[in-house]
Amino acid sequence: MASIETGGDGGKKGKPKQQQLRVDFTPMVDMNMLLITFFMFCTTMSKPQTMELVLPTKDTKDMTEEEKNKVKDSKAITVILGENDKVYYYFGKPDYDDYTSLKETDFSPEGIRKVLVERNIENVRKMQELRKKKYAKQISNEDFDKEAKEIRASKDGQVVLIKPTDGSTFRNLVDILDEMAICSIGVYAIVEMTDGDNFLVENLQKSGALTQQAAAVKH
Amino acid sequence: MSKVKTKKHSVWIDMTAMSDVTVLLLTFFMLTSTFIPKEPVQVITPQSVSEIKIPEANILTVLVTPKGQIFLNLDRPSDKREVLELIGKDYGITFTNNQIASFINQTTIGVPVASLPKFLDLSMDEQDDVLKTGGIPIDSTNNQFKRWVEHARDVNENLTIAVKADQETPYPLVRQVMSTLQDIKENRFNLVTNLKGMPEGF
Repeated sequence: MASIETGGDGGKKGKPKQQQLRVDFTPMVDMNMLLITFFMFCTTMSKPQTMELVLPTKDTKDMTEEEKNKVKDSKAITVILGENDKVYYYFGKPDYDDYTSLKETDFSPEGIRKVLVERNIENVRKMQELRKKKYAKQISNEDFDKEAKEIRASKDGQVVLIKPTDGSTFRNLVDILDEMAICSIGVYAIVEMTDGDNFLVENLQKSGALTQQAAAVKH
Repeated sequence: MSKVKTKKHSVWIDMTAMSDVTVLLLTFFMLTSTFIPKEPVQVITPQSVSEIKIPEANILTVLVTPKGQIFLNLDRPSDKREVLELIGKDYGITFTNNQIASFINQTTIGVPVASLPKFLDLSMDEQDDVLKTGGIPIDSTNNQFKRWVEHARDVNENLTIAVKADQETPYPLVRQVMSTLQDIKENRFNLVTNLKGMPEGF
């Protein structure tokens, strides 16, 4: 291939004088390999993914704290992100006297995800079916997005309040937002910790010592 | 001893095909590659199942390191020039042409405005060293980060803000960035993440 035949007079009898000009491509290959390695190391093949986050505006002065946090108790789940990748949660309104109303769990599939899926089982089922349809190519991507949005916005969906403590990390926040996507929860908000929440967490860590103290003071 | 002449067989491997392949690969890599932007501190982003891709252009990347340093990265050189001029006006600093050129060459914005002219007079290597310990102030009394983002948004309306924070960044630092963005009514922004597969059964 890399040779050019010169001469070669076929018409005459006797051996035709053949001169072959061969180009050695080995250095060329070496150089190319080098360049390829360079490009492989210097480039990002996959673009990073992003997660869209929409926060409420701060212009809600006429709303009081209580109004902001007003959600139907039966549908509300409050998730508190604690230190060392711990997660605490309670449903509806917390019972400040009973320290066991706050449950502790973690980010494993058996942890907070199980809790959220159990609470939101209908929407999860619907989303599963929808995804199946998408993979079977029965519906287009646009239809999928549209229907997914409808399911998420459905009225019987759960509302999750995410309260990250100062001890939590950015990964915890992304993990919990991820769980929202996995568990098809449409309505969620990142809310600041309140004194009541701090009390609950501390009370749980001390297994009810704070409630006992409070009771002792009353008597 | 009798000499036995052995016929020398020269093994000639034709490298042309090989060369073809490598050139092809090379072209592929050259065309698909986007260079990793130089970042003063390496940041490991958390993983997520979100599959939204980051837009190609018009991005303002906010880099948050675990220690709480904040760096900005604007992708369009023309925007950078205008933003620098606006910032200079705010703080009463005029930049020389050399300093502007240096600012455009340097991918990261990451020193307090007061020390910016001095910083821009340094050579590229020295600048990179300084950046490692730098960071844009975000305290409530001196929120220069807010100014930068505001001006970047004034210059380019289609700007997408991407927050790229390390997974170990404590939440209070992230909250500070997010609440600053909320203050200037940038309620919609992106968190840069790595792709992780959807768990089984969902």
